[in-house]
Amino acid sequence: MSIVESVTESLEAYPGATVIEVRLRIGALAAVEEESLQFCFGMASEGTALQGARLVVNRLPVRLYCVPCNQEVELPGVQSMHCPLCNAPAFDIRQGREMEIEAIEIDEIDEVETGGGEAGALTAKTGEGEE
Amino acid sequence: MTTRIVELRRGILKKNDELAAGLRQRYAVAGALVLNLVSSPGTGKTAFLQRTLRELLARGFKAAALVGDLETDNDARRLAASGAPVRQINTHGICHLDAEMIGRHLDDWQAVNLADLDYLFIENVGNLVCPSSYDLGEKIRVALLSVTEGEDKPLKYPTLFNSADAAVITKMDIAEPCGFDRDAALRNVNQIRPGIRIFETSAKTGAGMEEWLAYLVGERLARAV
Repeated sequence: MSIVESVTESLEAYPGATVIEVRLRIGALAAVEEESLQFCFGMASEGTALQGARLVVNRLPVRLYCVPCNQEVELPGVQSMHCPLCNAPAFDIRQGREMEIEAIEIDEIDEVETGGGEAGALTAKTGEGEE
Repeated sequence: MTTRIVELRRGILKKNDELAAGLRQRYAVAGALVLNLVSSPGTGKTAFLQRTLRELLARGFKAAALVGDLETDNDARRLAASGAPVRQINTHGICHLDAEMIGRHLDDWQAVNLADLDYLFIENVGNLVCPSSYDLGEKIRVALLSVTEGEDKPLKYPTLFNSADAAVITKMDIAEPCGFDRDAALRNVNQIRPGIRIFETSAKTGAGMEEWLAYLVGERLARAV
């Protein structure tokens, strides 16, 4: 739901455009189950500019900063928040909680005159990134 | 037709996160310590919270609770027996509370003025998945686990336990007949959330409640500016 709303909002800068693909970044620690997400996305996007769009989920492993090792380490799973190298408990999670719409691929209607305004809107949207 | 890629880099729950940030500010200005209680259905959130409210009131604190369920106001009525003001939020099918629901129910809550409260508890909908994604602006997220549920709950639902600030084990009075493996439970919680405070409690006998209340009082003092 939130994905469809969010993408629809950003489509305001591209009147008439249809969405081909929505790319997500989902951390391993985010409470997101891909199958349910795909199913719900299909239902929520019906009748919108997102109808029929592919939902591509890019899963990000958990990355911790380990103090004793003095480096960022990647975890093989989410069953233990301890450093896989030295087994020290890690408190600083650097990656793995993301729930983000990374980008969308759209088909735009070509209209020469509107080019400048859209480019401006695109820049504004791109600057909005979190984290 | 031209195909183009538009970078968004936008949080999926951005709207909720923004509303939650507003709530966090609002709680801070009012000086109320806000806790969000999350667990599976049947862990004993309501019994635990009822006892917590009763004991806080007896010590002269002002506390209130918002309680979320899909339907019925049964839990609100049970909690109100503590003497604290309680408001039920019915989500009608939604499996979690979100920041918008909290804000709306605080806005028109005649019985409660946030600025008069020492503590506001939010009892979330019983669910170990979605509530972990929805920030309610709380200072402390409490994950509850009962001795009847199996010691590996934290491993099965790491997201929720990892996002918690404190953990409470409930129904300790029946730990033995349930064959509850205390060491395994503590180890599993610590594996997912190293160093977290864990309270072993029974709302029925009152076991562990002193320690929990001391924690609540301490957190309020520590966070008061």
